[in-house]
Amino acid sequence: MIRTLTLSAAVALGLATGASAAGGEAQVTDYAFSFEGPFGSFDQFQLQRGLQVYTEVCSACHGMKYVNFRNLSDEGGPDLPEDQVRAYAEQFFMSDFQAPENQDLIDPETGDQKTLTPADHFPANNTQGAPDLSLMAKARAGFSGPYGTGISQLINGMGGPEYIASLLTSYTGETKDEAGTVLYENKAYPGGYINMAPPLYPDGVVYEDGTEATVEQQAKDVAAFLMWTAEPKMMARKQAGLTGVIFLTVLAVLLYMTNKRIWAPHKKGTRET
Amino acid sequence: MSNAEDHEGTRRDFIYYATAGAGAVVTGAAVWPLVNQMNPSADVLALASIRVDVSTVTAGSQMTVLWQGKPVIVRRRTEEEIARARSIDDVESLPDPMARNENLSTEVAALDENRTLDEAGEWLVQMGVCTHLGCVPLGNNAGDFEGWFCPCHGSHYDASGRIRKGPAPENLPIPVASFVDDVTIQLG
Amino acid sequence: MSGIPHDHYEPKSGGAKWLESRLPVIGLIHDTLKIPTPKNLNWMWIWGIVLTFCLVLQIATGVVLVMHYTPHVDMAFASVEHIMRDVNGGQMIRYFHMNGASLFFVAVYLHIFRSLYYGSYKAPREVTWIIGMLIYLLMMGTAFMGYVLPWGQMSFHGTAVITGLFGAIPFVGEAIQTWLLGASSVGQPALNRFFSLHYLLPFIMAGLVIVHIWAFHSTGNNNPTGVEVRRTSKAEAEKDTLPFWPYFVIKDLFALAIILAVFVAVVGFMPNYLGHPDNYVEANPLVTPSHIVPEWYFLPFYAILRSFTADVWVVMFAEWISFGIIDAKFFGVLAMFGAIVVMALAPWLDTSSVRSGRYRPMFKWWFALLVVDFIVLMWAGAMPAEGIYPIIALIGSAYWFAYFLVILPLLGVIEKPETPPQTIEEDFNAHHAAEDTPGRPVASPAE
Repeated sequence: MIRTLTLSAAVALGLATGASAAGGEAQVTDYAFSFEGPFGSFDQFQLQRGLQVYTEVCSACHGMKYVNFRNLSDEGGPDLPEDQVRAYAEQFFMSDFQAPENQDLIDPETGDQKTLTPADHFPANNTQGAPDLSLMAKARAGFSGPYGTGISQLINGMGGPEYIASLLTSYTGETKDEAGTVLYENKAYPGGYINMAPPLYPDGVVYEDGTEATVEQQAKDVAAFLMWTAEPKMMARKQAGLTGVIFLTVLAVLLYMTNKRIWAPHKKGTRET
Repeated sequence: MSNAEDHEGTRRDFIYYATAGAGAVVTGAAVWPLVNQMNPSADVLALASIRVDVSTVTAGSQMTVLWQGKPVIVRRRTEEEIARARSIDDVESLPDPMARNENLSTEVAALDENRTLDEAGEWLVQMGVCTHLGCVPLGNNAGDFEGWFCPCHGSHYDASGRIRKGPAPENLPIPVASFVDDVTIQLG
Repeated sequence: MSGIPHDHYEPKSGGAKWLESRLPVIGLIHDTLKIPTPKNLNWMWIWGIVLTFCLVLQIATGVVLVMHYTPHVDMAFASVEHIMRDVNGGQMIRYFHMNGASLFFVAVYLHIFRSLYYGSYKAPREVTWIIGMLIYLLMMGTAFMGYVLPWGQMSFHGTAVITGLFGAIPFVGEAIQTWLLGASSVGQPALNRFFSLHYLLPFIMAGLVIVHIWAFHSTGNNNPTGVEVRRTSKAEAEKDTLPFWPYFVIKDLFALAIILAVFVAVVGFMPNYLGHPDNYVEANPLVTPSHIVPEWYFLPFYAILRSFTADVWVVMFAEWISFGIIDAKFFGVLAMFGAIVVMALAPWLDTSSVRSGRYRPMFKWWFALLVVDFIVLMWAGAMPAEGIYPIIALIGSAYWFAYFLVILPLLGVIEKPETPPQTIEEDFNAHHAAEDTPGRPVASPAE
């Protein structure tokens, strides 16, 4: 089957027109994540660190409207204790009071933000025009190698998290001014220049578990977290898949034996008739 | 010879039954999700338990909150109401002698102590759904027994939400509820 | 039912006789399941069961998804996320439905190419073939409309592009496009009606499937030799055939179990591999994805559509001879639908006296080239329309038409076919006579 490799196509295009900056093509690094492969699972602590990065950095501009606070206590996800989730929701500050998706989070009488509960969703945030991050890890394709064959995607998924982590670590520091907006050079971004200012800095967050908060570490953590927000039931899915494959294989073996037996008298050729 | 054929036959039967059995299991496993999807989804279940801030409710007033699509009455009673509700000891003479409190066992008698949220009897949390035909009773010492009165068919409830007069068969049910802290009640 | 002589259902008990004289439903089920089936059918004859399973799977999961889906432009995308996140098992049901479409098309293409190789479309099975083509068209329509429902970026812009094809029809095109969409662009009216039709068409397909089965049960199955079952007597027919139940049901179920194991692995481990990331972005009329491609199963025909550009001489000739009515855009649309029409006409274009490709030495190669052509077209359809790709697509399209319109008619005249076996029994025994040691694995499947 033919894979549509948007990225490699974009890369090919970039090379052909010579538009890409010195340093070459849009680069997506094939970061390794714990949830890759048929048996991979989310790293609970990485997701918690990613949540911290999202809360302290990304949420200033990016909403996450399809994710519910209660999901933070899901098993196989960040798995936070329920009282922590409740406290987190209550403290969550909403910045966009205009977004239609947020109207259920506003007290109709006072016009203030209601006390958020685990049953509520993360607020949307359109104040800066930044895209919603709920599904970002599934809405982007990443590393499609080796050699653009897409075999990596076959095993490791579509590579959205790789793309996100690469994007966050691929700022060169160069900027350019275009129609009054500042664009930042980013080697992982198709086109080479992105609207978003570099969001991560070394030790921009302080991890409670003592992990050193390098830019790459933060980028990987938040990318993993966003994979979880995009597909919170990934573990259940893989488990169902594995169970299904085992069941069906057993059934296939039994059907093979049954089939062989019922056909046996007829496959002895003329001898039997 | 015949012995060998018998053996062969048993083995054949076993494979047939095993195949049919495995087929049935796989089919069942495939059909179950199609049935289970109609059960309440996670977002519905998340609202099965809610927290109510009762800091604004003063003695002699009440608030009504919507919980799982039904009204729940949270009343903070006055000393006078408590005394009136607690004065009834002879529960057997009431139309419904049972407490109808989901926090307690079903056998408990309809004493006011068995219906209030706290021991002092200041807080009464009950479903605002008449046990007759599901209307919403009027509150604030309404009706002949100065409790709640259902305007639909004239059921009178006392200050403890017990049915005293009219067609309703049971006392107003008490949902699962508890204090999380001084000013917050958790329903469900 | 005429056809191959076989035993018919005889009600024995009083109750069975009572029912049978009023509604012969048990007899119908019995005769359908016991239909004499050529015993030399190989492993390419399993796709019918797989396709039936796919239809049932899609209807079952689809009916369930509808219980949670909201066909409204503001809520469609969110309701799909609701299914994915909150509904019990909703994620798996949705992924099964989504990937079920791919399994459906894998099976239908293999089914069609099997028919093309073994001459299953040839007389007297033309009606079966035509009905099959109708089912295939309905499948494509259903799949296309289903892709709109999640209301992602690809849903939205793909719909705009595909309905735009109808706009290419001279004079009435724009009116037809507006009629299809219920507006001048894709929006709420389109979403709502596509939802309705996406629910309706599979049931029409189910009806056509019954007619399809009825048709080939009347003529009897084709088989790898293309030789007909002997029908002069029941005894002779029984030398060529075995009843469908249990012999072929179990064989097909075995194949189905293996196919489903692979399918479940895809759904469980890489459910988005065949999809497009852009469809996880909610539809936005203001932003177009950089590279719009249809789902993989439409790619060959999409390649044909795109390949006839204004600089191709056939197109220029058509434009000249039609006084400009047939422009490149309309020509592309005609070519795309024409590619399916010429396939549907295969029974009348194939002039060979021998049915099965197995005994046609030259045909084999041309057929193999057609399969390669199909895959190349699929690949070309996924590539951007620039550089070498349009040329490859054009050559591929040309071969597709040449195969049906030139090669099939000519081969019947030029080619000297080998002699097929006299009977199905002969073919069957040639494959299995040697194999009389119980316990030894079955030799590799015929053909």
